[in-house]
Amino acid sequence: MTNVTMTVNGKSRTAAAEGRTLLVDWLREGLRMTGTHVGCDTSQCGACVVHVNGVAMKSCSVLAQEVDGAEVTTIEGMANADGSLGTIQQAFQDYHGLQCGFCTPGMVMSAAALLKENPRPTEADVRHYLEGNICRCTGYHNIVKAVMAASGQQVAPVAAE
Amino acid sequence: MPKDTGIGASPKRREDVRFLTGKGRYTDDINVAGQAHVVFLRSDVAHGRIKSIDTSAAEAIDGVVRVFTAKDFEGVGGIPCGWQITDRQGNPMQEPKHPILAEGKVRHVGDPIAAVVAESASIARLACEAIEVDIEALPAVVDMKAALSDGAPKVHDDLTSNLCYDWGFVEENRDAVAEAINSAAHVTTLELVNNRLVANPMEPRVAVGDFAAHDQSSTLYTTSQNPHVIRLLMGAFVLGIPEHKLRVVAPDVGGGFGTKIFHYAEEAFCTFAAKQLERAVKWTCTRSEAFMSDAHGRDHVTKIELALDADNNFTAIRTETYANMGAYLSTFAPSVPTWLHGTLMAGNYKTPLVYVNVKAVFTNTVPVDAYRGAGRPEATFQLERVIDKAARELGVDPVDLRRQNFIREFPYQTPVAVEYDTGDYDATMDKLLSMIDRDGFAARRKESESRGKLRGLGINCYIEACGIAPSNLVGQLGARAGLYESATVRVNATGGLVVMTGSHSHGQGHETSFAQVVADMIGINEDQIEIVHGDTANTPMGMGTYGSRSLAVGGSAMVRATEKIIAKAKKIAAHIMEAAEGDIELKEGRFTVAGTDKSLAWGDVTLAAYVPHNYPLTDLEPGLEETAFYDPNNFTYPAGAYACEVEVDPETGQVQVLSFAAADDFGNVVNPMIVEGQVHGGLAQGIGQALLENCAYDENGQLLSASYMDYAMPRAGDLPMFQVDHSCATPCTHNPLGVKGCGEAGAIGSPPAIVNGVLDALASGGHNVGHINMPLTPARVWAAMQG
Repeated sequence: MTNVTMTVNGKSRTAAAEGRTLLVDWLREGLRMTGTHVGCDTSQCGACVVHVNGVAMKSCSVLAQEVDGAEVTTIEGMANADGSLGTIQQAFQDYHGLQCGFCTPGMVMSAAALLKENPRPTEADVRHYLEGNICRCTGYHNIVKAVMAASGQQVAPVAAE
Repeated sequence: MPKDTGIGASPKRREDVRFLTGKGRYTDDINVAGQAHVVFLRSDVAHGRIKSIDTSAAEAIDGVVRVFTAKDFEGVGGIPCGWQITDRQGNPMQEPKHPILAEGKVRHVGDPIAAVVAESASIARLACEAIEVDIEALPAVVDMKAALSDGAPKVHDDLTSNLCYDWGFVEENRDAVAEAINSAAHVTTLELVNNRLVANPMEPRVAVGDFAAHDQSSTLYTTSQNPHVIRLLMGAFVLGIPEHKLRVVAPDVGGGFGTKIFHYAEEAFCTFAAKQLERAVKWTCTRSEAFMSDAHGRDHVTKIELALDADNNFTAIRTETYANMGAYLSTFAPSVPTWLHGTLMAGNYKTPLVYVNVKAVFTNTVPVDAYRGAGRPEATFQLERVIDKAARELGVDPVDLRRQNFIREFPYQTPVAVEYDTGDYDATMDKLLSMIDRDGFAARRKESESRGKLRGLGINCYIEACGIAPSNLVGQLGARAGLYESATVRVNATGGLVVMTGSHSHGQGHETSFAQVVADMIGINEDQIEIVHGDTANTPMGMGTYGSRSLAVGGSAMVRATEKIIAKAKKIAAHIMEAAEGDIELKEGRFTVAGTDKSLAWGDVTLAAYVPHNYPLTDLEPGLEETAFYDPNNFTYPAGAYACEVEVDPETGQVQVLSFAAADDFGNVVNPMIVEGQVHGGLAQGIGQALLENCAYDENGQLLSASYMDYAMPRAGDLPMFQVDHSCATPCTHNPLGVKGCGEAGAIGSPPAIVNGVLDALASGGHNVGHINMPLTPARVWAAMQG
């Protein structure tokens, strides 16, 4: 066991990690930040996406010791400073872009990375970018709308189509 | 104008805030002080005799607490089945024991052989590899028809064969149906497979068993759609723990889709081991493990015959289905191909004679049970496919053929036992056609052809039976439990309410929609109402959420309890205002006396109930808390019409879904936003079944699709935006909300639309293909085009 220190959502955090400890397990068990989820074991589902030094990564595919010293942003760090929902989070609520909520942390983190790269994505851009995030509840329809809305584009309101 | 609050409004979901900020509390987020972790050693062969298990090396590993095998479960019950089917001869189905850990034999890849409890999951995993198991591999049965052949290896040595049951419905109609088919002007026959699926909620299953030595009580935290059912099954039939010493908690659950209904061995194991070890035991399923231990869905092989007279009226339907049970009977498994399937074989059509034969078969595969729709997708698929095939054979329009045979008078008694209360199948078909611009299809097809693509239009109807279920009816059909629902409404002194419901939300948004209903009834703000679910310690005994039953059955219980609250509150108000009880009205949260200007606020009356200084104590008990149990007197029958346009690349067989439209009749709708979300999700799973998903075994029973690398989940790029409509509402006549349920419709109605559409596309290219089995992968479509 070695102590690993990262800046997580702006705060310096330290917890022990074995050589084999994955970043997602370090966050969930080491820091007890359980917002980041594990939905598969083959890096396919994207429920565990976080940002490491500004880049979206599947935290199930990164060893905690590998990213010692990194700046990490998780779903717990996406709200505004006053605690209100951030733009993407609010759009997900406004457009019913989540049901069971399990894939949601990864979806929001991937959406944030997309909008940083491409501030006004087309529907096709959103669908392509989210290929690495599986949702079983929504059929993606409202997730796509939420991401488009979060980018400031006009989308049809919920329950009025 | 859309409403802002109450029934019919789409307020933002209150549960979203915790999910969007990482504050959801899922079972894997729960750690109990001092907990140990369990990892199961699972069989890597489909069928084999366990000759020996040597756990000594595993036990010697530092950090291993204890290794369990079947011998530790002597005297403990097997995992029970909740439904008994009676076969054509009047005999009960064959029902093998389902042990917690394999006894003597392993019967499918993933069957648990041993369990290692250790200080950490990684130590337990390591120790599993140190267990020496000597298994004599036996020939496996995978194919259902082969499993029923003479001399086939038996999955269970103590059963007479691999046949669980041979069921006929309606058995008395068998000869009449045969005669109608023999004398029909036209018979269309179709053989098809309803592919095996894995439900795949994004949250894998988790169980945490805990034991309190001070009062000898057990607690299980689990990823369940129905914690009370788990408490009853596990407590009464497996571990012998009375309900008052057993609490089951299903906190935030990350999707269910049916596969989290069932009582699983891992739940019983963790509860049992925690008591043995007097410390909590936690199990977190990996995704690969989920593929080989979550109950699968569908897996039917069917032959259907549709008989028509010379005027194209349907005269009879006969089906023969082989339904895979897997290696053991999961909780609801026997009911899925029978009562949830045979009763829907009339569809939306007035076919006077129907006969359904189902042979349920044990194989060396993971148990198969209810998955979103459960039996109804299988019924809809074969019926809507055979009608499309008949239309093609007869050279008539598939919409016209359906319309000609629509049921138009309600209530309608079908020849397969159920009575449809309401419906308007013309209305949903008309609405659908208005949504899809069918007249413009020819031009769109031409445009596709100009790009070298084949375009097809697939249309179908569906009907389902939801709101499961009238207890007296399902009791006669073999259910070993009643399927009512419950609610307790507790009004607090200052006027806020807590509704404790036996329903369970795992994505459906009950905390929002249930509050809308109660707020509407009383006329107070939704934020004064808390919806509590998922914990047997603070909810009345209820049957949980599945079969699109939450609002129709659980919501009705909540309405009944709230009605009792209002009735009692009116009595209190009448006393305080010195008026006759019959003159009291409750409107917008105020009690008034008819014909006077006297009034009392809701909160004045609730306070009087708990501070009863001026209170009718001689007539009424203080307090304001009521419970209701609601048992429906019929199923509900959501129905609708679906259509899609697809494009097939003739060079590769690749199918692209260009559009999908759904016109549903769900009766009254409480929250349109949530309802539409449910339809979207159902459509994605149905389209997934039709084009992508397949749980595959090889001939030795090896599971070939045990990860997301091999099992093709629908992703964002596979699906179009959906057009959905629920304006054609014929309210249910027998529940107080007039609601029918919307959770499964999309998954039921969409697979035939896709297949009909692809075959329509191929036909436009001169490929008259009778059927392609799902999933319609490029390889299968391309091969079908080659003849």
